[in-house]
Amino acid sequence: MIPAIFRVEERNEEFAGTVTLRIRGEAREVPTEFNPGQFNMLYAFGTGEIPISMSGSPADGNGYIHTIRSHGFVSRALADLRVGDAVGVRGPFGRGWPLDQAAGKEVLVIAGGLGMAPLRSLIYRLLSGTPEVSRLRVLYGARRPQEMLFLTELEYWSRRMELILSVDHAEGEWPGHIGVITGPLDKAEIDPDNTIAFLCGPEVMMRFCIQVLTAKALPESAIFLSMERNMKCATGHCGHCQWGPNFICKNGPVFCYEGIRRWFDIRAL
Amino acid sequence: MQEFVLQAEHLEVLIQVVRSEGFQLMGPVVRNGAITYDEISTASDLPRGWGDEQEKGYYRVSRNDSGAYFAYAVGVGSWKQFLQLPRRKVWEAHKKDDAMDILEVLDEVPARAFLGVRSCDLHAIAIQDRVFAEGQYRNENYARRRQNILLIAVNCTTPAATCFCTVMNTGPKVTTPTDLTMTEVIDHKEHYFVIRSESQRGREILKQLPLSSLEERHSLAEEQALQAAVQKMQEGPRKFDSAGVKELLYRNYDSPVWDQVAERCLSCANCTMACPTCFCSTVEDTTDLTGEHAERWERWDSCFTGDFSYISGGSVRASTRSRYRQWMTHKLATWHDQFDTSGCVGCGRCITWCPVGIDLTEEVQRIQQLDKTL
Repeated sequence: MIPAIFRVEERNEEFAGTVTLRIRGEAREVPTEFNPGQFNMLYAFGTGEIPISMSGSPADGNGYIHTIRSHGFVSRALADLRVGDAVGVRGPFGRGWPLDQAAGKEVLVIAGGLGMAPLRSLIYRLLSGTPEVSRLRVLYGARRPQEMLFLTELEYWSRRMELILSVDHAEGEWPGHIGVITGPLDKAEIDPDNTIAFLCGPEVMMRFCIQVLTAKALPESAIFLSMERNMKCATGHCGHCQWGPNFICKNGPVFCYEGIRRWFDIRAL
Repeated sequence: MQEFVLQAEHLEVLIQVVRSEGFQLMGPVVRNGAITYDEISTASDLPRGWGDEQEKGYYRVSRNDSGAYFAYAVGVGSWKQFLQLPRRKVWEAHKKDDAMDILEVLDEVPARAFLGVRSCDLHAIAIQDRVFAEGQYRNENYARRRQNILLIAVNCTTPAATCFCTVMNTGPKVTTPTDLTMTEVIDHKEHYFVIRSESQRGREILKQLPLSSLEERHSLAEEQALQAAVQKMQEGPRKFDSAGVKELLYRNYDSPVWDQVAERCLSCANCTMACPTCFCSTVEDTTDLTGEHAERWERWDSCFTGDFSYISGGSVRASTRSRYRQWMTHKLATWHDQFDTSGCVGCGRCITWCPVGIDLTEEVQRIQQLDKTL
């Protein structure tokens, strides 16, 4: 499976080192449908290929939107791409968020840092009304206010959903919460029989959030989280993303907590 | 199924018939002081009169005076080197100004025959088939190489001390699909092969061979040779109860045995390279000095390397303990959930090629014993 050639049509620096790219297939017939929570393998010429989830609207149909933090060689090369530059794309891969299970429920979206990227696709979808949900709450934690993704858009949406922001550190005026995300999560009242939670962020953050959720009697079957591991092929052949019996690339990246709890509790798995 | 006797002096005829059918014939050869697999053009390329001695961290080829062609256990490498190439170019990419294009590298796949495949290695090939060709995604590079292989198996009557196929239910007698299956028998002054065709292609080849009919004494001698192999393994030290090993390992992620083995394990990856089912790979991307031409190469990788599990922030499996646990638990436990089969065929290569002599069967038994006492 070789990458299709895409071009950068729009580049937006979210904050230093993190960019959002809109990319479009060079051959216009390249389909770009995906399910929120899925990912593509993005190839930076001569440097390598990494998994990056879609952060745009699944209804867009106008290429893909990816948000990339410059960290290693490949992500740096991708983040350095300019409008008009070519990028290789394989995908979409993996299982996304279980939208069918959100229908009619109170949806709790919990994002940490860059974990907002695959969750924004989900928010787009839920705001579009398919499936219809009875309530949408978004809890978003980041290190600092300057490192919050899509803030303008999230605040604009806050007329149609509840938005709770939290940062580890803030200087000057900051209307949101300061501290870890479990603070506001702890205060949120949750109807355990009618709530579904979607989490993406650092593993340690998800671990603590799940503790709070289960303490509030939310069943493990109503908690979904997106996992990250090293990936080379995305097709279950390279072996890198194994996590217990799971291949993150094809069995995930989104898992129901009930099914993976025993693996989630094992360190260095 | 048709069964016959092929006199040992006519093995050359079999080899030439297979070659004349257009197959590149791969089989065992003695090279660099070891039995390895390579191209065979004549019966004299085979390791006639050679055997192997294998123990923990020990391998020697040795002369024997039996005159047998297949009097060793298993070769050093495995057949996977011909199906999942150790290194291959995946694509070439070109970039000029704004334009980029990527070309898939599809190399010529020769029609190949494998001669002398043991039952354990047949199981290993079947396991890799599940990994690469029978899942949600198909690995075309593997599938193209695999699809036309002519399999000529030779029943194993000479297991090494490291062998434990009887424990893993993968041998020594061939029970999985092949084209031809043979058993080498040396009985008093007679030296022959019992040969069976298991496919249309196998029957076509049999038609061209100088065969004689299979008599009861031949079957009896064959059965005795196979029984002796079974007995040798059952009396050896590498007999353990493989039933319930998956559940055993699933409840022993915290076993102190992992700490003990980590004190000896060098995390060198030899076991994974020697293993006929280990399938992990990585990719390397390079450019030339102009920056306009790039290549992607795939090569075997190992869960024992540090960067195998690297994600932003560091390696998930930073310790040798976690890497050995991953390897052995994958092989004997999670593999069942992933591919509905064990990942171990009992060929013993990981034991032989471990430079510090770590023996997977000992480690399993150690965990079993500790599990019982808790």
